[in-house]
Parts: sequence; C-alpha cells; structure tokens
Amino acid sequence: MPDYMLEMRGISKCFPGVKALDKVSIKIRPGTVHALMGENGAGKSTLMKCLFGIYKMDEGEVIYQGKPVSIANSNDALHKGIAMVHQELQPIPERSIAENIFCGRYPLKKVGPVKMVDHKKMYDEAKKLLKEVRMEYDPKAKLSTLSISQMQSVEIAKAVSMDAKVVIMDEPTSSLTDNEVEALFTIINDLRKKGVSIIYISHKMDEILRISDDVSIMRDGQYIGTWEAKELTTDIIISKMVGRELTNIYPQRDNVPGEVILEAKNLTSIHPKSFKNVDFKLRKGEILGLGGLVGAQRTELMEALFGMRHLAEGEIIYKGKPLNIKHPKDAIKGGIGLITEDRRGSGIFGVLSIADNVSIASLDKYLDMGIVLNGKKIEQIVKDNVAKLSIKTPSSKTQIQTLSGGNQQKVIISRWLANDPDILIMDEPTRGIDVGAKYEIYQIMVDLAKQGKTIIMISSEMSELIGMSDRILVMCDGKLTGEISGKEATQENIMQFATKFN
Amino acid sequence: MEKKQLRKILCNLPQSLIKGGIILNTKKFDIKKFLVDNAIIFILLLMVCYVGITQPNFLSKNNFSNVSINTAIRFIIALGVSGCLITKGTDLSAGRIVGLGACIVATLVQKADYSDKFFPKLGDVPLIVALLIAVAFCCIFGLINGLVISFFKVPPFIATLGMQTIVYGICLVYTGASPIGGFRSEFTSLVSGKLFGIPYLFYFALIAGVFMWFLYNKTRHGKYMYAIGGNEVAAEVSGINVNFTKILIYTLAAGLYAIGGFLLTAKAGGATVNAGYGYELEAIAACTIGGVSTNGGVGKVSGILVGVLVFELLKVSMQFLGVDTSYQYIVQGIVIVVAVALDLRKYLAKK
Repeated sequence: MPDYMLEMRGISKCFPGVKALDKVSIKIRPGTVHALMGENGAGKSTLMKCLFGIYKMDEGEVIYQGKPVSIANSNDALHKGIAMVHQELQPIPERSIAENIFCGRYPLKKVGPVKMVDHKKMYDEAKKLLKEVRMEYDPKAKLSTLSISQMQSVEIAKAVSMDAKVVIMDEPTSSLTDNEVEALFTIINDLRKKGVSIIYISHKMDEILRISDDVSIMRDGQYIGTWEAKELTTDIIISKMVGRELTNIYPQRDNVPGEVILEAKNLTSIHPKSFKNVDFKLRKGEILGLGGLVGAQRTELMEALFGMRHLAEGEIIYKGKPLNIKHPKDAIKGGIGLITEDRRGSGIFGVLSIADNVSIASLDKYLDMGIVLNGKKIEQIVKDNVAKLSIKTPSSKTQIQTLSGGNQQKVIISRWLANDPDILIMDEPTRGIDVGAKYEIYQIMVDLAKQGKTIIMISSEMSELIGMSDRILVMCDGKLTGEISGKEATQENIMQFATKFN
Repeated sequence: MEKKQLRKILCNLPQSLIKGGIILNTKKFDIKKFLVDNAIIFILLLMVCYVGITQPNFLSKNNFSNVSINTAIRFIIALGVSGCLITKGTDLSAGRIVGLGACIVATLVQKADYSDKFFPKLGDVPLIVALLIAVAFCCIFGLINGLVISFFKVPPFIATLGMQTIVYGICLVYTGASPIGGFRSEFTSLVSGKLFGIPYLFYFALIAGVFMWFLYNKTRHGKYMYAIGGNEVAAEVSGINVNFTKILIYTLAAGLYAIGGFLLTAKAGGATVNAGYGYELEAIAACTIGGVSTNGGVGKVSGILVGVLVFELLKVSMQFLGVDTSYQYIVQGIVIVVAVALDLRKYLAKK
C-alpha cells in the first residue's frame, strides 16, 4: 500500500480572467478525514471538481493508489472509486431510494433474450447498503420523502456501493441539525475505519477540529500547507486562511454618513433555515458592508427588504414611518433599488437594448398624456447615464449581452439611478468584473454616497468589504453576529464573526 | 513604487477601454449572416418567383385579392399570438377562439327573413355591435388563459391546450353543431367592398397592425412584454407586474382572434364550429418565420406581417403548382419545424 491514497500534484485551472487554482498539490493519507479550508473563492470546490472530473484541469496530475490516473468525467471518477457528496445533491426525488443508488447500473437479469432490471436484487442490495450507513429505511420509499440528511446518507450509501476509496464531502453539514451532524460523523468514522479517505470541505471550525486528522488550507487559488488537526486552533486556521496583504486599490472615501433613515427590527424569514431576528440601522450617505460566508443568508435578507421574499416577523421603519413591502414595485416606489448577485439570471435583459435596460424600471416617468412613452426623454436619460458612468457602448440600441460584465453592471446601476433611489442594495457588485471596471464601480459607489444615498454592499471579498465600507455587518447562519466599523475591520475579526455558528 | 504604478495603470484603464471598446463593438454588415438569418424567407420568395414565372395566373388580380384577404385575417390572428410568444408562452386556443368568435358573429348578422334563423326574433344588429359582442365573449376566455398561466403557473402550452378543447366544446353547445349562414349583404360586402380601390378587410388589418405597433413600441405595456420575455426574474426585480402584463397579453390576444373570426365569417359567407381550426399553428409558424423568437423578448410587427405573407404565399404557390392537399400539409409542417430550428440556431450560435 502506498503512503498516500491520493496525491494531486501541481493542479492549475483558469477561468476567463481568473486563475482559480495555481499549482495546487495535496496529499491524502488512507483512512483519514482530510479537511480542506479556505475563504469563499479560495479554490476548494474548484479543486474537488477537477478531481471529480466536473472541470478539466489545465495542468497537473493525479496519483491515485500509487498510479497516475486521468479522470475524464464524473462517471469515470465514480468507477475508479472517487465519489462526491455534493453541496447541492442531484438526486431524482420522485424515484425510489434503491433506484437512486443504482441509477445507471441497475442489476440485470435475463428473461429469455431480453435483459430486464432485477428489482428484487436491487432492493435487497440497497437494504444492505443502507444498513452500512446506519439507515434502516425501506429502499422502495420515494427519495422525496427523506430529509436532506437522509438523502446525504443515501448518497454515501451510493459511494459505498461503488466501493469508493475517496469520498469528497462539500459542506455536508450546511443544512443539517445537530443530531443529524452526529449521525453523519458516525458514518464518517465507520468509513474511516474501513480505510476510506474522506476529503471534507467545511467552514465550521469546531467540526473540522473534531472530525479531521489533517487540515489543508488554501488561499486565493494557492495551496498554503497541511497540518495535523491536533496542532491547530481556530485562531491559527483563520490567520492562515486570510494571511495576505491587500492588493486591490480602492478610491478615497470622502462621504460622510448622516442620520438614520431606515431601521429594521427583528427581521425573520418565513423559512426556518433562513435569516432570523436581524436588527440593523442604515444611515444616509453611508456605505454599509454586509459580510459572511456563502450560505449566511445575506442575499435572502436583502431580497426580503426589497420585497422578493416574505417576512414571517419584523418591522421596517423608513424615514420615520413603517414600511410595508410586498413586491419589488413597493420597494422601488419607496426609493429602494436592488442590483442582484446573478447579473445574467436576474439583472440584464440580454436580448434588449441598452436603452430598454436602463429605462425599464422607471417608465412611468417618461409618459406623455399618461400613455405614450416619450422616446426623446428616454434617449436623454440613457445618454446622460452612458456619459456619467462612462459606459462603453457603440450606441444606446446595442444589445446589452454584447457588452463586457463591467459595462453591463454599469447599465444596471443606471437603471436604478434613473429612479433616483435613496437606498441602493448591491449584491456582489464586482463579481466577474475586471480590475479596471471594478475601480470605476467603487468610485460610482462613493459618488452616490456623497450625494446622500445609502449603499448596502454584500460582498464575499474580504478586502473589498474592508476597503469600501463605513461600517460592516457580518452574518453567519442566518443571524447577525457582529458589527465592525470600517476603520477597525480586519480580515481576522470579520472571519471570527463569519464563523460564529450558534 | 509598485503600488503607484498600478494605480496609474488603473486610472488610465477607462480611456484605453473606450478606445478598445468601440473598435471591438463596431460590426460590419455581414451579408452571409443576413442570408442565413433570413434563409427561410429567401427560399420561400425564390419559390414564389418560380411559380410567378411558370404559372401566369399567379400574378392575376384575382389571386392578388385572394392572397391579401387571407393575409389580412391571419395577420390579425398572428398579432394576437405574437404577444404570447414574445413572453415565452404560446396560445394553442387561438384557432378555436377564432371559431367561437366566428359563430357568435354569424348568429348575430343573419338576414331578418332567413328561414333557419338562429335567433328568430332578433332584429338587425349593427355590425359593430356584433363584433363587440364577439370580442367581449372571446376576451373572457383569453382572460381565463391569462389568469391560469399567471396565478396557477400552469405552463402556457398546457393551459391553452386545455382551453382549445373547452372552447370547442362551448362552440358545439352554442351552435348545436349546425352550420350558420344567410348573412345580410352589408356583412358579406365587408370582403368584396372597397374603399379607394382597396378591400375593406385591408383596413381592419392596417388598424390592427398600427395599433399593435403602437402598443409594442410606444407604451409601457410593450416594454414590459419584451422585458418579461427577455428575463422574467429581472422583470420582477425591476418592479414590473408580471402577472398583470401576461393577463393583458392573453386577453388582448383573444380579442384579436374574435376580430379574425368576424372577418373570416364575412369572407366565408357562413360559419361552422370548425371555423379557424388549426389557425394557431399557422399563426405561430408565421410569427416564427417573421423573426419572433421562441426564446422570448424578440419580435416586431413588421416581421410578423412578412411571416404571414410568406406563409400564405407558400400555400398559394403549392396550390398553383398542383401539389396535392395532403402533401401541402406535410410541407407546411416541415416549414414550421425548420423555421423554429433556424431561429434556435441563431440563438445557439450566440452562445
């Protein structure tokens, strides 16, 4: 038996404009739980997707059980004995547990010349497998009747059935209750005893320190190092995760935060797993950063403020009056704008022109006789914005999808500026935007704040939060866990709050 | 030192991007792309030219008048369907609603002395009133389509497929499945009659076309419609009342079908429950040929007119060439599928 079950050597992977992985090498010992840690975007999931054949790596090699292997796709990985329990499971909910386990490789029996699925064998084997993951459940039950943790167990059973030697678990506990986590850990311990290596991705420090043998840390697509878990503490991990200098440049912030214009009290989502009991205040002319790890429910909170999601409880006092928002149009009328995280999915109208994209949320302003749209007025506002935000486009009739990400983002900012909002929520405003355009967007944010508008910026980039915010709120697991003034913010104290589970 | 340099580069970036950006985005007119994008129209026009040369009667006044009447009716129906298509929906109940409109109108415009009169005691209903009654009834079914699609989130394909059958049933109940004829001459002369040498029917189509062009290009409703087709989630985020807009689109569509039914009855001189049968497919095909994208957000009134005209010419050309009716259906079906395939190809090429 070789010393290592799996070695990844010099793995690099580029996405357009970003080097997601830069010569990453890790070694996984047999029969251990190997935790992989890092900030959002450090490259953990990308590395695992390369291993599992979902992404093609640009360079590097994988040594599995002492031999170099090439993995063409995830099916190939599964047959070689590498399995992955996804962050978002991809089961077939309306079919039985057994069918989900054996999907694509059903046991067959021959009836005359015809091969048929051997249901009896399938159910019997499924039952055995479920027992191995300590789940006594009818294999004929529909998968949709299970809880998420049970579905995860089914996924693990599937991995076991394929005789997996390496099981990748990407945030397996993110939606589990404490009891379910315990059950999962029992299964993990069983697997470890059988000599299976588990690669465990999680942000939860206490879990990592409890369950793992080795911890590897990544930062900005680079491998930082591997340590034995017993040598580590939460503080050491955090310092290794964030230990880098600020390399981005931010404009001078000369806006002055003024009086409170909005006060949110006890905001609680109708979904039990989403945000709860959140209180915060917004000041005129400030840039408020909203930090946290992926899944901290920051986007959900802001979408609720904008009327896209419903509140079970809570009150919003806006300009001294209670504000009742049921639909985005109520928020827009009240002077709130939202630039969504997913520019393509919920921001731009790809096939429509720049002019249509800018004017769509404020058409009421350009009416003649209450009905007819005044083309000249629209053209004027579009021209003003194109000039003001220096949007690079050949004409206002150009389809927005032909522009670069940064310019698309500026068009969406123009859409809201045309409405003259008092509060502009920007969810990951610089995601997928090149460095030069980023700077311009930061400058626009500062200019707006100087005009007395309030900006809420959700960001997963630490340096952006620290570089741009007057004040930073940090969320973890649906709760507000901390507030830091922009001057005092450091990557360490943000990370402390962002990982403050319970 | 290094930071200073970086800052300098960053500050100069916008300028360099302006230069780069405009050069990059300026596209030359691409003849090949133009031909490929409009391939189906060119092929059909070539065919029309061929028929025109080989069959002298094709260019006769009579045939011209026949084509223009058919085009006018189908254009109005296609305008109705176009709104549904632009918002990524469809309306399969179009043909049957045309039929219902036709039957309602037919029962209201019979001669006073006609022996088999549907409403024996009914006097002479003014034509405009007959039309409005048909429009009102048809709009109810369009409204239901819109409500079901918006609030119950039933896919438009299914919702309107169900409505197709429902409306057919209602039409059967209403007419008792018997044909209705014996119209007043002022009604049938809508087709034969002319103003300034142009058939009356043409004016109906013109008014409908101008109205819809205005609606699509000059009003909020039109902008909202394109926005919903372009990206429904983004439309919601932009404060658009998506449900209301869709309901309006489906209701208005049904109103247009009623007008189509009215004209169809005038042209045919009688109405049966089978009036308008299959018109929804012709309308969808015409829209697609005319550049209304099944991916939503794209479509122009002028394009729809071209689409209807081209499809109508295709049918007439086949008649002139003596193609058997059965084969005509096969060709029409192929053209529909090819048109959609070419449309999607345009979309895929962009990706």
